[in-house]
Amino acid sequence: MDFANFLIQLLNSVQYGLLLFMLAAGLTLIFGIMGVVNLAHGTFYMLGAYLAWFFTSHFDNLLIAIVLGALLAVAFGWALEWLLIRHFYKRDHLDQVLLTFGLIYIFQEARSILWGDDVHSVAVPAMFNGAIQLTENLSYPVYRLVVSAVCAGLALGLYLLISKTRLGMKIRAGAFNREMTESLGINIRFIHAIVFAMGVGLAAVAGMVAAPISSVYPGMGSSVLIMCFVVVVIGGIGSVRGALVAALMVGLVDTFCKVLLPEIAGMAVYMLMAAVLLFKPEGLFKS
Amino acid sequence: MSTAKAQLEILPRSIQILLSVGAIALAAFPLIPMESSGFYIQLLSQMMILAIFAMSLDLLQGVTGLVSLGHAAYFGLAGYALAFLTPADVPVSLWWSLPVAALGTGLAALVIGFFVVRTHGIYFIMVTMAFAQMVFYIFFDNADLGGSDGLYVYFRPDATLFGWQPFDLENKTTFFYFTLALLVLIYAFLRRLLFSPFGRALTGIRVNEHRMRAVGYGSFGYKLTAFTLAGALAGVAGYLWAAQTGYVNPELMGFHLSAHAIMMVILGGMGNFAGAIVGAFAFEWVMHFFKDLTKHWQLLMGSFIVLVVLFAPRGLLGLIERFTAATKEKAEETP
Repeated sequence: MDFANFLIQLLNSVQYGLLLFMLAAGLTLIFGIMGVVNLAHGTFYMLGAYLAWFFTSHFDNLLIAIVLGALLAVAFGWALEWLLIRHFYKRDHLDQVLLTFGLIYIFQEARSILWGDDVHSVAVPAMFNGAIQLTENLSYPVYRLVVSAVCAGLALGLYLLISKTRLGMKIRAGAFNREMTESLGINIRFIHAIVFAMGVGLAAVAGMVAAPISSVYPGMGSSVLIMCFVVVVIGGIGSVRGALVAALMVGLVDTFCKVLLPEIAGMAVYMLMAAVLLFKPEGLFKS
Repeated sequence: MSTAKAQLEILPRSIQILLSVGAIALAAFPLIPMESSGFYIQLLSQMMILAIFAMSLDLLQGVTGLVSLGHAAYFGLAGYALAFLTPADVPVSLWWSLPVAALGTGLAALVIGFFVVRTHGIYFIMVTMAFAQMVFYIFFDNADLGGSDGLYVYFRPDATLFGWQPFDLENKTTFFYFTLALLVLIYAFLRRLLFSPFGRALTGIRVNEHRMRAVGYGSFGYKLTAFTLAGALAGVAGYLWAAQTGYVNPELMGFHLSAHAIMMVILGGMGNFAGAIVGAFAFEWVMHFFKDLTKHWQLLMGSFIVLVVLFAPRGLLGLIERFTAATKEKAEETP
């Protein structure tokens, strides 16, 4: 593998890793702060991708699609939290697993009724449709860099929100000690709704920006969900920083194994996870 | 209410009667003359196989408190074991291939269990899933192992013993009774196990692992043994599945089947094995019912699952128990 090729794979793995981070951050926050295991998180990614396809086919502009889709996804997340999830905060994890698995069925079928079971593609926006020439016959698509930049920007925003703002302080306090936070007069119910809606929004935005790269297809949620779990477990459940590090690790291992060791590529990430848990049974950054 | 009672470990009379009636009805079913009885015999065989699978998971989930989201790995592995053991031109002997498949999957569960049993709670759920995915991809990515297309099992296992053939599994009805016999046997074995010192230790670990350790039980060994045994029993189910359908593919080890098994156990009621059987039958029946009803059966299935978690957190057996307890109370109030 020469340098240009290596660079391409490196950029690909960072892009994949950052995309995974967007999903895993929501998942890990929802678990860490609300104590809810959400198997339906992958379907929000799928929802995002389908919204991107649906809106671009109407407005022909991915940016408008993403803004509209994100608003819709956040509203959807808010409604879902209010309707169902909030009854499950104090229930057993098993009940949450069951509930969210039921939701996967419902969302999948709703998608099938609304938008069918076909595979769709979303065009890369014209302004990002170029490629950067690396060598004579190797180039790198600009849109992938844009995806990385968007995800990195959102990751930074999330970090600032959680570590620097008043709302972030309340979120952290709620995760640390729920009763104490409540007795300080902070409306934890409201915080939970925000976190859940934010998680859904992040997953949907990930699906929307990924749509032009990965195409839009019915089963896209479940494979990404399992990858997210791996990321969350490697990073340590509840830790956003852990999710970032783990997502980048997973991106690297997955991308480079596909190129260098295709025979074990499917398993490589799970082997990484097993290896990490062998030494750190609680993940890398257990908070 | 004590934990044992809450988990319905000791089955109330009403549920014991329900199980006995169910077993007799199953045994009598092939005798009823009806049109498409072959189809129903196959369907019921499948439900019984899934019931065995669900019971094996209940040993972990309901008894020991270990929720495995990767239990299908062992189901699928045993199916593949049968596929590899069966030559292309003659059937394989039942008498050694079934033990080999079950022991092999038990061994796989022992190795994987060594890693996963050290984790707790939600980590356990996810790590079991990760290992199952690993097994899934070993078969999915490897053309020598059938790849994504899977493998055919050309013949059902042969029960011939020293030249004498007591029964023929190629016959649907015989296969049905063979499965029923295994279901009853494994149920009896697990019930016996539940109230043995080993089973009591597992229950103790579920209720309070720290206290069990303080009393001097090495919980790791107990949990690993349970995990291995559950893997081997799931293997029995997977073997039967492959024998019945004549076909194995990586989906048998997939995430969806593992989640289905969890749902069956919760739907029926956890920790007593009867619930796993009831749950497997109910789940499959509801699913077939919805599939016949509409193309959009997943919508109904999903809503059904959501409603069950919302309103019957202790499963169907819990509902039955609550109902019979309420009528009994009423009867006692008005003598």
